[in-house]
Amino acid sequence: MTPAGSLLTADGLRKVYGPTTALDGADFSIHPGEIVAVMGPSGSGKSTLLHCLAGIVRPDAGEITYNGQRLTDMNDTALSALRRSEFGFVFQFGQLVPELTCVENVALPLRLNGAKRKDAERTALTWMERLEVDDVRDKRPGQASGGQGQRVAVARALVTSPRVLFADEPTGALDSLNGERVMELLTDAARSTNAAVVLVTHETRVAAYSDREIVVRDGKSRDMERLV
Amino acid sequence: MSTTRTKPAAPAGAVPHPGPTGPTGARAWLRDLAMGVRFAVGGGREGWVRTVLTAVGVGLGVALLLGAASVPDLLANRDARAAARNPADTMSAKTIERTDATILTVDAGTGFRDSEIGGRSVRADGDHPVRPPGVSELPKGGEMVVSPALRDLMNSSDGKLLKQRFDDYRIIGTIGEPGLISPKELYYYTGSDTLSKAQGAHRVEAFGYHEETEPLDPLLVVLVVLICVVLLTPVLIFIGTAVRFGGDRRDQRLAALRLVGADRRGVRRIAAGEALFGALLGLALGAVFFLGGRELVGVVDIWKVSAFPSDMVPMPGLTAVIVVAVPVSSVLVTLVSLRAVAIEPLGVVRSTTARRRRLWWRLLLPVAGLLVLLNQDQVTRTGGEDVQVYTIAAGATLTLVGLATLMPWLVEAAVAQLRGGPVPWQLATRRLQLSSGTAARAVSGITVAVAGAVALQMLFASMHDEFNTTTDQDPRRAQLNVSSPEASGPLAQRMIDDFRAAKGVKGVIGRVSSYVVRPGEMKSGDDMRPTTELSVGTCATLRELARVGPCKDGDAFVVHSGDRELDQWVDRTARPGEQVELNSESWGDDASEARGKHRPWTLPKSARTITSRPDPAGDRYSGIFVTPGAIDVAKLADASTQALVQIDPKVTDAEEYVRNAATHIDPLIRVYTIRMVERDKQYASVQKGLQAGAIATMMLIAASMLVSTLEQLRERKRLLAALTAFGTRRSSMAWSMLWQTAVPVVLGLGLAISGGLALGFVMCRMVDKTVSDWLVFLPLCAAGAALVAAVTLLSLPALWRMMRPDGLRTE
Amino acid sequence: MVCIVLRMSIGHTLLGLLESGPRHGYDLKRAFDEKFGHDKPLHYGQVYSTMSRLLKNGLVEVDGIEAGEGPERKRYAITEAGITDVQRWLATPEKPEPYLQSTLYTKVVLALLTHRDAADILDTQRAEHLRLMRILTDRKRRGDLADQLICDHALFHLEADLRWLELTSARLGKLAKEVLPG
Repeated sequence: MTPAGSLLTADGLRKVYGPTTALDGADFSIHPGEIVAVMGPSGSGKSTLLHCLAGIVRPDAGEITYNGQRLTDMNDTALSALRRSEFGFVFQFGQLVPELTCVENVALPLRLNGAKRKDAERTALTWMERLEVDDVRDKRPGQASGGQGQRVAVARALVTSPRVLFADEPTGALDSLNGERVMELLTDAARSTNAAVVLVTHETRVAAYSDREIVVRDGKSRDMERLV
Repeated sequence: MSTTRTKPAAPAGAVPHPGPTGPTGARAWLRDLAMGVRFAVGGGREGWVRTVLTAVGVGLGVALLLGAASVPDLLANRDARAAARNPADTMSAKTIERTDATILTVDAGTGFRDSEIGGRSVRADGDHPVRPPGVSELPKGGEMVVSPALRDLMNSSDGKLLKQRFDDYRIIGTIGEPGLISPKELYYYTGSDTLSKAQGAHRVEAFGYHEETEPLDPLLVVLVVLICVVLLTPVLIFIGTAVRFGGDRRDQRLAALRLVGADRRGVRRIAAGEALFGALLGLALGAVFFLGGRELVGVVDIWKVSAFPSDMVPMPGLTAVIVVAVPVSSVLVTLVSLRAVAIEPLGVVRSTTARRRRLWWRLLLPVAGLLVLLNQDQVTRTGGEDVQVYTIAAGATLTLVGLATLMPWLVEAAVAQLRGGPVPWQLATRRLQLSSGTAARAVSGITVAVAGAVALQMLFASMHDEFNTTTDQDPRRAQLNVSSPEASGPLAQRMIDDFRAAKGVKGVIGRVSSYVVRPGEMKSGDDMRPTTELSVGTCATLRELARVGPCKDGDAFVVHSGDRELDQWVDRTARPGEQVELNSESWGDDASEARGKHRPWTLPKSARTITSRPDPAGDRYSGIFVTPGAIDVAKLADASTQALVQIDPKVTDAEEYVRNAATHIDPLIRVYTIRMVERDKQYASVQKGLQAGAIATMMLIAASMLVSTLEQLRERKRLLAALTAFGTRRSSMAWSMLWQTAVPVVLGLGLAISGGLALGFVMCRMVDKTVSDWLVFLPLCAAGAALVAAVTLLSLPALWRMMRPDGLRTE
Repeated sequence: MVCIVLRMSIGHTLLGLLESGPRHGYDLKRAFDEKFGHDKPLHYGQVYSTMSRLLKNGLVEVDGIEAGEGPERKRYAITEAGITDVQRWLATPEKPEPYLQSTLYTKVVLALLTHRDAADILDTQRAEHLRLMRILTDRKRRGDLADQLICDHALFHLEADLRWLELTSARLGKLAKEVLPG
C-alpha cells in the first residue's frame, strides 16, 4: 500500500526495546519535496520512527522502502553509504564535532564521501552563507551561539544535497525566535533543493512549518491529513 | 610531575562567595575533604569506578616505589650473606694451624647451560669442622649439600646431565636461607677426602669474611642515580595521571554541588578529598601489591632475578616519604588540574582560550642539564670526586625531566600547524589541538623512561665495548678450553681419551706445558735468567699450535712467533743440542734463590725452527714444542695440563657432556667456553633489565592512555551516535582513535630518542668512551608501535558500542 | 460570550444526550447540568424552546406524554435525522477561535456518552488548528513586521489550544471513567 509517487514509505513498523514497545505497527510515507511533521507525546516512539526511516535502527518487523529499495534488506555498509549520500541529519544537540571549526564540521559529510578538503569547504561555505552562519566559519562550535550552532548543523545536513532531511527536535534547545529562524532557513533550503523533510518535534509552532502532520501515539502512527 | 597547564588566572577566590560562611580555614578543609571522601565512597557506581581506577593506578605506582625503597636493604642483605659464606682470612698472610675445627676448601663452581652454579669443595681436618652458614652438616667425601633450586634442577628432566655430573656424590641435605644470596641461587658444597693445598685449597677456621668494600665506583653512582630517575619518574607521572582518572565526570558532579550552594574553593576541596581517598586506598592496595609481588619474586625467577621475601623490606624513611607524599601529591595534583577548570553551578567551563605553552622555560631544563654535563671534566674510575658525581647526576636528571616538560609544548606546537589531511587524521589532530594536555602528560612518562633507557644503554654499550670485541678466539677450531692446575702427562692423556669418548666431541687437543730456563751461570748482559715455555703434545696437537711441517713422535721444535725481540729471547733458552732446565726453580735468578734438584733435558740437535699459529683459544705459543717420545712429562716441574675440545654444535648439550667428563676426572678442573665474542653477561642483563623497565613503563602509560581514551569515548556517546547517523564509517573513527594515540606517542618517542641519544653521547664523552651502538632504541620503537596498536585495539570494542545508534535515544 | 457559544451547541448537546434513550425535558436539564452545566445550570425555558425547535426540525419526536401532578411531562426521543445531525456536528472541527474549550469539552463528553471515538474528535480539531497555523505561519513569512506580530499572537493562542487538545487526548481514558456510569 505504497502511496503513489512517494519517496520513502514505511509499513507496519514494530520495534521493541527490552520491555518497552517503541513502535507498534506504524506507517509512514513522504513525497519528494514534502515536509512532514512527526508529532506525539514524549516516549510515543516518534524518534524511533525517524531512526527506523533513516536506516539507523532496524525495525523488528515491517518494511521500509526508499526510492524502490527495501532498507530492511540492506546491510550496514550499504545503509551507511545511503545515509552518507542520500540523507541528511539534524539533531537537538551534541552533533557537531567540538574540535573541528564550523566550516570543517559542515564539510565533514562531503569529506567522508571522499571529496577534497578545499572543494568540500568551498561547498560548505556556500551552505553556511545560505543559513547565514558564514561569520562563524572558523570558530569552533563551542564558540558559536546555540542558534548558530544549530544552523551550522542544518548546513551540514544539507551540504550533500540529500533527498531526505531527518530533523529530530532541531529547535529543541533553542528559544522561539532562534528556533523559528532555524525552521525558516531549514524549510527554505529544503524546498529550494526539493528535499523531503521528516521533522520530529513536539512543538506545534515548529510543526506549522510542515505540509502535513503525522501523530505517533503508543507506537502507532496517525496521518492527520486524512481526518480533515 | 609534568607541568602542562598554562591556563591564565584561575578564578579561585577572585569573587568572595556571598553565601553563608561556614567554618573557615582548617575546619573548612577537613569538612570538605571528608565530604569528598564520602562522595568517593558513596558516589554510586560512577564514583566507585573512578575511585577504584585511581586506587589501582596509585597502588601499582606505590608498589613499584616500595620495591625501589627495598633495594638498598635487599642489596645489603645479599652482600651480608655473600660475605658470611666467604672463608675468613684466606687473603691474609697468616698461616692457619690445622685443628679439630679447621677445614680445607676451594672454589669449585661450574656452569650448566646458561646458568652459573657456585660451589665449594670442602674437606674437614677433624671431627668438629666449621660449617658455612645454612649448612647443618659438612659433607664428607662422596657427599654434597645443595641449594633447593639446584636440587630441583638436578631432579628435573632438564637437569639429568647435571645430576650425572655429580653422581659420585650423595646429597645429604640442602643449604638453608642464611647460606644463599637469593632463593633461586644454584649453589653446592661437595665433600672431598683428597683435597690438598697443592690443589689450591685454603685452610679455614671460620666463615664470614667481609672484603674491604671499595668506595662505590663514581661511574656506578651516576648510573644508579640515573636508573632511579629513569624508572621512578614515570611512576610518579603515572600516579599523577591516575589521580586524574575520571576527572571530567567528577567535575560535572561537582557542578551539581555548586548548584546547591558549595563555593568554588569548597568544590576544589571536595575534589581533593575524593582524590585523597583514592590515593589512600591506592596506598593500601600498593602495600598489598607489594607484599604479593614480594612473595612472587621468592618463587619465580624472571631474568635470573629472585629475592627472599624477607630481604624485601622497604627502608622506613623512604616508606614514610611514600606514605606522606602520595596522598599529599594527590591533593596537589587535583588542585593544580582544577586551576584551568571553572566549576559553575550550571556546568563546567574549561578555559578554551588557554594561553599558548611557552617554550623558553621548558627548554631551560634540558639545555641546562646538557650544559652541566658538557662542562664536566671527564670522569675516570680512579678520580672519583663526590661533587662531580652529584653534578653529573643532577645534569642527567635535569635533562630527563626537562624532556618530560618539553613534551606538552612539543605536542601542542607540532599539531598546531596541522591542517587537512584525511578525515580521521583531521579529527585526531584537531582533537589534539584542542586538548593535548592529557595525552602529552601521559606520554611524558614514556619520554623519560625511553630517553633514560636509550642513554643508559648507549653508555653501557660503550663501556663494555672492550669486553664485547672479538676475543681472538676461533670457535671453529675448538669450543672448550679445559685446564687443570695439576701437571701430568697421564692427566693430559686421560683428558684426551675421556673427552674424546664424551658425546658430541669431534676432537681434542691435549697439551702439557711448563716454563723452562737455561741452566748454568747467568751471562753478562742477562739481567734475568732466559726462560721459555715448553709444550708437550702429539704431532696433531702441535699442528694446531704451529706450522709444524713433517712431524713424527720423538721430534722437537723451536717455535717463533714472528716478533723479533721475543724470538731472540726464545733462542737464548732454546738452543738445539744444548741443555734446558725443566725445574726452573732449581736455578733461580741467582744461587741464593735456587730450590730443588736440577732436571736437565737436552733439546735434540735436529730441532727445526718453525712459526707458531694462534690456537683455537686465540693464544700464540712460542718456545719449545716437544712430542711425547722425546721427553718424560713426569719430569716437568710446575706444569699445567690444558685441553682444547672441539664439539659438534649439532649435538645439544655436548658442552655439558664434556663438563661431566671433566668433573669425573677431577672436580677441580675448569672448563671455559671459547667464543668469538665474549658477551658480558652482566651487560646483557643490564640491557635486558633496562629494556624491560622501559617497556613496563610503557605498559603502565598505555593503561592510563586507555583509561582516558575510554573516558573520552563515554563522554562523546551522543556525538558518536550522531556521526554514525550521517553515515560515518566505523573505520574512519577507528583510524582517528589510532592517530590520536599515535601522534603523541610518536612525538614522545622521537623526542625521547633524540634526547636520549644526545644525553647518551654526552655521557659517553664524559667517561671517555666512543659511542659504539647508535641503534639501541630500535626495540623501544617497536614497543611504542605495539603500545599504540594495543591502546587502539582495546578501545575499539567501546567505540563500536558507542557508535551504535542507541546513543541517540538517551533522552 | 460563553452563553453564545453554549446556545450554539445546546441543541446538539441535548440531542446527544437523547441518543442514550428517550428522556423527559426535566431529565435532560438535569443530565445537562450534571455533565456540562458546571457553575451555570441550564434554565428550564431554554430546554423547552430548544426542544420545540428540534421537534419542529424533525430531529426529535415526542415519545409520549406523562400526565400527573404539576405540568405535563413530554418524553422526547431522537430521530434518525437527529442522530445524523449529532454525528455531523461532532465530526466537524470547530473553527479555531478563542474560548473553544467548552464546546470541545461538550463534544468529547457526548462522544464518550454515545460511545463514539472521542480521540477522533480531538485529532480532527487538532488537524484543523494546525491547518490554520500553517496558513498563519506562511502569512507571517511573507508579511511585514506588523503581520508577523499579529500572526504570532494568533499562533500562540492556537498553540495553547493545541496543548489543551493534546492534554485532553492523553486524559481521555480518565475522563471516560468519570463520565460513564459504572
